[in-house]
Amino acid sequence: MSEEDRDTGASPLLASHDHHGPELTDHDPAHYPVPDPGHPEHLPRLTDVDPKAADRATRQVAFFFGMVPLLAIGFAVVYFAVPGDWFFDFGPLRANARNLGLGVTFGLSLLFIGIGAVQWARTLMSDEEMVDLRHGATSKPEDQQWMLTELDKTVEESKLTRRKIIGRTLLAALGFVFVPMLVGLADLGPWPTKKKRAETIEKTLWAEGVRLVNDVTFAPIKADDIEIGQLVNGEPENLQDLHGAEFQIEKAKAAIVVVRMDPNTIQIPASREDWQVGGILCYSKICTHVGCPISLWEQQTHHLLCPCHQSTFDLGNSGVVIFGPAARSLPQLPITTDAEGYLVARSDFTVPVGPSYFERDSRQDYEEGDN
Amino acid sequence: MPEPAVTVPESSSVEAQVPKKQAGPVFRIARGPVRWADERLGVAALVRPYFRKVFPDHWSFLLGEIALYSFIVLLLSGVFLCIWFKPSMAEVEYEGSYQLLHGLPMSEAFASTLALSFDIRGGLLLRQMHHWAAMLFVAAMLAHSLRIFFTGAFRKPREINWLLGVGLLALGIFEGFFGYSLPDDLLSGTGMRFFDGAVRATPVIGTWVEFFVFAGQFPGDLIIPRLYFLHILLIPALILALVAAHLALVFYHKHTQFPGPGRTEDSVVGYPVFPVYAAKAGGFFFIVFGVLTLMGALMQINPVWVVGPYNPAQVSAGSQPDWYMGFAEGAIRIMPGPGWEWHIGSTTWSWNVFIPLALPMTLLFVGMALYPFIEQWVTGDRSEHHLLDRPRNNPTRTGLGVAAMTWYAVLWAGGGNDLIATQFDVSLNAVTWVLRVAVFVAPIVAFLITKRVCIGLQRSDHDRLLHGAETGVIERDPSGRYSERHRPISVGEQYALTQQSEEYALLPAGDGDGEYRDRQLRLEQLRRRATRFYFVDTLHKPTRAELEEAAAHHHHGAGHEIGAGHGDGHGNGHGEDGAVIPGTESEHLAP
Amino acid sequence: MRFLSSRRRHPAAKVALLLFALFVLGGLYNVVAPAERVSADNGYSQQQVDEGRKLFAVGCASCHGLNGEGQTTDTIQGPSLIGVGAAAVDFQVSTGRMPMSRPGEQAPVKPNRYSDEEIAALAAYVASLGPGPAIPTETEYNPENLSEEDLARGGELFRTNCSACHNFQGAGGALPDGRYAPSLIGLDSKRLYLAMLTGPQQMPVFSDEVLTPEDKRVIIGYLNELHERPQDGGLALGGIGPVSEGLWAWIVGMGLLVLFAVWITAKGAKAK
Repeated sequence: MSEEDRDTGASPLLASHDHHGPELTDHDPAHYPVPDPGHPEHLPRLTDVDPKAADRATRQVAFFFGMVPLLAIGFAVVYFAVPGDWFFDFGPLRANARNLGLGVTFGLSLLFIGIGAVQWARTLMSDEEMVDLRHGATSKPEDQQWMLTELDKTVEESKLTRRKIIGRTLLAALGFVFVPMLVGLADLGPWPTKKKRAETIEKTLWAEGVRLVNDVTFAPIKADDIEIGQLVNGEPENLQDLHGAEFQIEKAKAAIVVVRMDPNTIQIPASREDWQVGGILCYSKICTHVGCPISLWEQQTHHLLCPCHQSTFDLGNSGVVIFGPAARSLPQLPITTDAEGYLVARSDFTVPVGPSYFERDSRQDYEEGDN
Repeated sequence: MPEPAVTVPESSSVEAQVPKKQAGPVFRIARGPVRWADERLGVAALVRPYFRKVFPDHWSFLLGEIALYSFIVLLLSGVFLCIWFKPSMAEVEYEGSYQLLHGLPMSEAFASTLALSFDIRGGLLLRQMHHWAAMLFVAAMLAHSLRIFFTGAFRKPREINWLLGVGLLALGIFEGFFGYSLPDDLLSGTGMRFFDGAVRATPVIGTWVEFFVFAGQFPGDLIIPRLYFLHILLIPALILALVAAHLALVFYHKHTQFPGPGRTEDSVVGYPVFPVYAAKAGGFFFIVFGVLTLMGALMQINPVWVVGPYNPAQVSAGSQPDWYMGFAEGAIRIMPGPGWEWHIGSTTWSWNVFIPLALPMTLLFVGMALYPFIEQWVTGDRSEHHLLDRPRNNPTRTGLGVAAMTWYAVLWAGGGNDLIATQFDVSLNAVTWVLRVAVFVAPIVAFLITKRVCIGLQRSDHDRLLHGAETGVIERDPSGRYSERHRPISVGEQYALTQQSEEYALLPAGDGDGEYRDRQLRLEQLRRRATRFYFVDTLHKPTRAELEEAAAHHHHGAGHEIGAGHGDGHGNGHGEDGAVIPGTESEHLAP
Repeated sequence: MRFLSSRRRHPAAKVALLLFALFVLGGLYNVVAPAERVSADNGYSQQQVDEGRKLFAVGCASCHGLNGEGQTTDTIQGPSLIGVGAAAVDFQVSTGRMPMSRPGEQAPVKPNRYSDEEIAALAAYVASLGPGPAIPTETEYNPENLSEEDLARGGELFRTNCSACHNFQGAGGALPDGRYAPSLIGLDSKRLYLAMLTGPQQMPVFSDEVLTPEDKRVIIGYLNELHERPQDGGLALGGIGPVSEGLWAWIVGMGLLVLFAVWITAKGAKAK
């Protein structure tokens, strides 16, 4: 060992190192250079020597415990007497008075029990530390021995070792008895077969001639009413015929955003020339990442930002992804105007909307540079 | 009646207390019922090993209790909420007293949550207490598991308890996620949508799992009732079972303790369950309960009436899950997208969604679960450990722990990347890029720094042992040389600083190292390389010879032996557990 | 008449006829065309337009061009103001966003340096450049006397159209590249209306034909009610959702409890 090593205490590499066996470690000088000085002398607390201090501590504990009945009754008073529309206004706190009152009275009553109990333990209860001996976690050798012998006897008495087929068939039985339980779960939901998928997640309410309407108001939208830079959160007009779960399910697929941009500032591929009306484009509102609705549109950059995980789509370039964890462009809905000038869909979306799934054929989705 | 396993023989320092004849009212009243119970249950025999069990005292040992008591508060407040909550997605028109949602269609779940918040007295308080308790439950479990990790309390015989704890952490996180999704509000509903999209994107089985979980398409009308039974029945039952097993093992193994005078691997020093520990622990229960109630009174959490009922076409900026899901949220935000989804033929493999969903959680839980066994394989240590490690004495373990925390923290920050952008006025995209790099780089940097810090601390301990504590008094000797006076530390401190068990870095196995067959040999070489990674830089305790030599060196040949009551006789007033054993005259330096 | 017809083949005849026709048409146009393009509601006077032109030249033309035609260079992005209307000017100048103190991603709110008259003058001038949204009247933006159903509907409209950028409380949100949607808390009704109507900077336009004035009014009513209402549950903790809640759970919750834990296990002073 070099001088340096000795000073810093760094040890050389060892060729091997024996560990102690399963018993608890012993105290050999090589590993434990300083012998145990023993338990430190117990020093008394102020409350142990000074009766006045002890009385003061007692009063403190009693005070905390004694406040609890008052606070508990206070809770009842607040509960019955304070109406729900009162508000407590003080500095940054402008809160419902009843909630505040109930919580403060109940909370303090609990807290005071705790503080009293702890103060009692800290100041008045005996604080002599005690020593308990440990025993290793393993059982005593005679217990282990007994166990092994009895186990042998059990196996012997069961005749299992001589008639092995019993054991094997038992294992098979126990293995298979779970099959009915698993099979019984098969109706957890409809099976997403190809046919089912085509009826459900690959289809929306949109179809030829369905009018675009403003979400919430369900007012139809005229192309001329939309200005450059405008965003409309829209739905199909036939959504309002639905209710409850069906309404939510269809909304989660059919929600759209309609944006108007100056046609000179955007790229419209040849295949999508008739999907838009004078710079008015319609896209699915459902993010292709994991399905949050997107309507964070920047009218000057034409970027649409999803607030969930910040996927960003360029609506001036057929919805391609320009940042974030989404991997597919935002589906575009082909639209046109009807005879009265209202915006209508030409057809359903040409690709399934929303998040990806394994069986999805994603070859039709628009990619940067497509025509 | 089978004999209970006796784990503690007659404790040498504990005498069974026989109540005296002139006992006070407590004993007089209790004696009858206790005897009734004993004649039927054998209470005395059952309780005997545990009645005066000793528990060591340290504030970090109370972190697990915070988790336990939060869980109890969750159970109690949850029962209250169950009385009024309606776990149904049926559409109703709101007729309650919150005017800003009047007449709107919403699910019964949401409407009943509003009723709890506005029309049932105390309902809002209980809702908020319940939610704060859930946050604290997971936070305390995490803090507790960090304490266990850094002090090495997961070592034999406590590996199973560690596994139970990892299970509890995972269950707690999911329990919370399902719980806050029950009101079917816009914020948690957005989280459900994320869950749906993420499940759907799983390769091969995605649509099947999605349709089975939601009973069809999202959102359907069954997900809330299903989450409800998971949240109030299945998962709490599992948690209760694991908690019971966890506590039983703590009782059986007895609690670990920090090294110090009078403490060895064979003993546990502390206060008995009755009365001191019960008063402190019981008191702490009420304190936790009280703090949670006050938080429910003073701090608003999850104001669902402002967020509104769930609507798949609505969303809020700054939508995040509760904090404990933050690391998964961050992973999915900073994962890049384009190029990470394969379109092979007519199939779509969404690695951009699947990787951040599966990898961080798997890494975290599996990594945590396996760590005790990995460390045990590396060190080959099969002895029991009941004395805790100071983190500095295992620099690599501590470094790995801090690296893991850093990795977790980077992902956690990623979950709030849009809020970082707005609060600190920086570009959202820049934040995301920085985090994408940091998630790989920062843990490595953290490991290196932490390891060096630990070794530095070990060095300062080494200095204290050999040269004593620095007094800050500078002396100048006649030759003009400056030196700082050192004061020897107490025996108690010396003992505490030298109690840790040590591991050694091993050389590669050579010819004389026993019979290893090919694969075994490779494994053994790998293990030895791992010991070098772990322990080659670690400082080791000074041997007794070194200590004595240093002491002699200090006292200019005064010849004092270590351990013979070595104190400086000036009343060093440490206030530590090592009271100086006075009485030894020492030719020490004058004050 | 003989004077003119006898010179009908004069070389200058065609030119003279052309000039005459132009004068006639020009004169007719001047007669029938509306007077200066000022908003029907506010009725700006010519004096205001002139005053506005002067103010514009000093404070706005360096980025937006002397006639509001706009310019885009490497550093200056001044969009054309032709057609933005008086409403846009009122919003941008009264909130201090314009004039921008320096080019950048975001035009933040800052103290406004123009008086109400000056703003009206600027608005008059810009309105004269081309037809655009007019400043609403008070009945349009004042959300008094709204029923509970109206307010609830306003909330639905807010959460469908606005909260994606501005968050459920109206506390604001992040946009790409360092931009942000500002907080709406404390904003007065008129400015809320103007913003929806004109779509300032990156904010999209919500024209009156799609999001009707009544729709806008109920949204404003909802926001006013929401922001006036005290926080039922206690301290709002920032109103930005689970992130701040988690932060406070750790700081207040764990912090307090750890402090208590330290107290519980502290050895305390000894008598000797």
